Amino acid sequence: MSAITVEQLTKEFGDVTAVDELSFTVESGELFGLLGPNGAGKSTLIKMLVTLLRPTAGTATVNGHDIHDERSAVRDSLGIVFQEPALDEELTGAENLALHGRLYGQRTDERNRRIDEVLELIDLEDERDELVEHYSGGMKRRLEIGRGLMHEPSVLFLDEPTVGLDARARRDTWEYIQKMNAQSGISIVLTTHYIEEAEQLCDRVAIVDDGDIVALDSPAELKSSLGGDVVTLDLESDDSIPRLCDHLETASWVTDYTTAAGTAHVTLTRGESRIAELVHLADDADVRITSIDLHRPNLESVFLSVTGRTFDEREGDGAVAGTGTGKYEGEQHTASTDSPCHNDAAPSVERQQ
Amino acid sequence: MKRIDPLGIYGLWLRDVTRFVRTPSRIIGALSMPLLFLVFLGFGFEGAAIPGLPEDVDYLEFLVPGIVGFTMLFGASFAGLSILSDRDVGFLKEILVAPVSRTSIVLGRIAGGSTTAFLQGILILLFSIPLGFRFTSLLSLPLAFVFLVLIAVTFVGFGIALASQFRDSEGFMLIVQFIIFPLFFLSGALFPIQGLPGPVQYLAYVNPLTYGVDGLRAVLIGTSSYPVAVNAGVLTLSSVGMVALGAALFERVESV
Repeated sequence: MSAITVEQLTKEFGDVTAVDELSFTVESGELFGLLGPNGAGKSTLIKMLVTLLRPTAGTATVNGHDIHDERSAVRDSLGIVFQEPALDEELTGAENLALHGRLYGQRTDERNRRIDEVLELIDLEDERDELVEHYSGGMKRRLEIGRGLMHEPSVLFLDEPTVGLDARARRDTWEYIQKMNAQSGISIVLTTHYIEEAEQLCDRVAIVDDGDIVALDSPAELKSSLGGDVVTLDLESDDSIPRLCDHLETASWVTDYTTAAGTAHVTLTRGESRIAELVHLADDADVRITSIDLHRPNLESVFLSVTGRTFDEREGDGAVAGTGTGKYEGEQHTASTDSPCHNDAAPSVERQQ
Repeated sequence: MKRIDPLGIYGLWLRDVTRFVRTPSRIIGALSMPLLFLVFLGFGFEGAAIPGLPEDVDYLEFLVPGIVGFTMLFGASFAGLSILSDRDVGFLKEILVAPVSRTSIVLGRIAGGSTTAFLQGILILLFSIPLGFRFTSLLSLPLAFVFLVLIAVTFVGFGIALASQFRDSEGFMLIVQFIIFPLFFLSGALFPIQGLPGPVQYLAYVNPLTYGVDGLRAVLIGTSSYPVAVNAGVLTLSSVGMVALGAALFERVESV
């Protein structure tokens, strides 16, 4: 059974369509990402799925329960971590979990067992009796994720789980998310506007723009849909270009290539393992290379190729409706630049020109 | 979704009580205003000829039940405020997304808010003893507790109904100031309502606090305008009505 099915789900706020006839399915046990700029409609979508907002049209099921008619069953089968913190800071960590357990109908024995298990999972056993207001940002986030798991839901929603966290806490949080997904087999749906987060964590990613899903596949497939990696060769002289082209024609592993003054862009799959062969090929052609650069497409390039705009441009649009604040844009930049495979160039677009 | 979910109600009640006992500063803040009224009015008007005051009743004795009622108003407004501050800090969503009915949430909040208001009322009663207040008999205390609970439930219900109409705590607090003091002055807490001009008296008659303060006087100092049963009956009706109103209005609260 699918964890979530969404059919033609729509939400309008007055004249603004925040979510526009979305349809998709999340498989059981999947780590599913909704990637899009702030204001793309991700949070609105999540709020409808967790029954906090009623859709304008369309429907969805969570764990087989309809979000219109079986709200209570839907709520029982999901856990959620909201974008903004939602902890009672005047209670201890354990008390926050206990209140959650009571709200979800857990009796004393079951509740105490789950509190112990959850605190162990999120490594907060030593801080269980400290007031939450003394927790660090990362600890609070872990407590919220743990709390979402208290009642053993079959689907966990994480709305921007690492917004506002520093790089270290972000990596820790990713680890906990992956650990939970692997250990308990729980289906996880997370929204994010961090490219790197979607790439590293998710089995499948839906790229959301302006209330619509513009692409949906595994990060690897999405990237390979762009045709592979691009290796840029800087050449010592333009005279050697025809000789290089002759040799590139004969190499079966080259998908495509373009040349310009002094440079050649070669599109190929698994670029990192082909660099040596490419150098060898150039050698055979008696072409001298002065430098080599490998561009690997990331989900940002995918976003660019399907929407024609970058994330930052999209977030800068005043017209985009939604709940995002945009105040973490600076951090987004940090997050994407410390990705080893990040680059600002978009090889697919260059090639298409 | 069950209409009534005892475990969820208990959880919300426990949260309010835990937070209350954990923050002495909040208790002191909630009690300081009623205490000031009690001390300054109690001593300032001691022996003054107040029209309508029964002859054998000392003004302090007359005042204490009124100030206890005032304290409950304050406690109730904090209960309403706590719903809005939950929204401010995002915690309201955690409660609203849980599989418990809105009715259960309101009952839990009213139970918690009433308990803390009740405790504040008891504390004021205790403070009044060193000031010279004497109970007619200790046997009257259980009855006084019944009145305190009814007053608390009535006004916490009202506070939650009112809070559900606001989106932020600032607007709510502003309005609350304009509601608490008329309720207080028009309840016979400071002087017998017979001293008020005729038309204004009618406002006092529709104020549940009038019957709460009168009922407390009946059981604590043995003098009252109405029979105890009338006071208890009116307050029971008002508390049921306010709980229903709070539940109905909270039903429409959106978390986002």
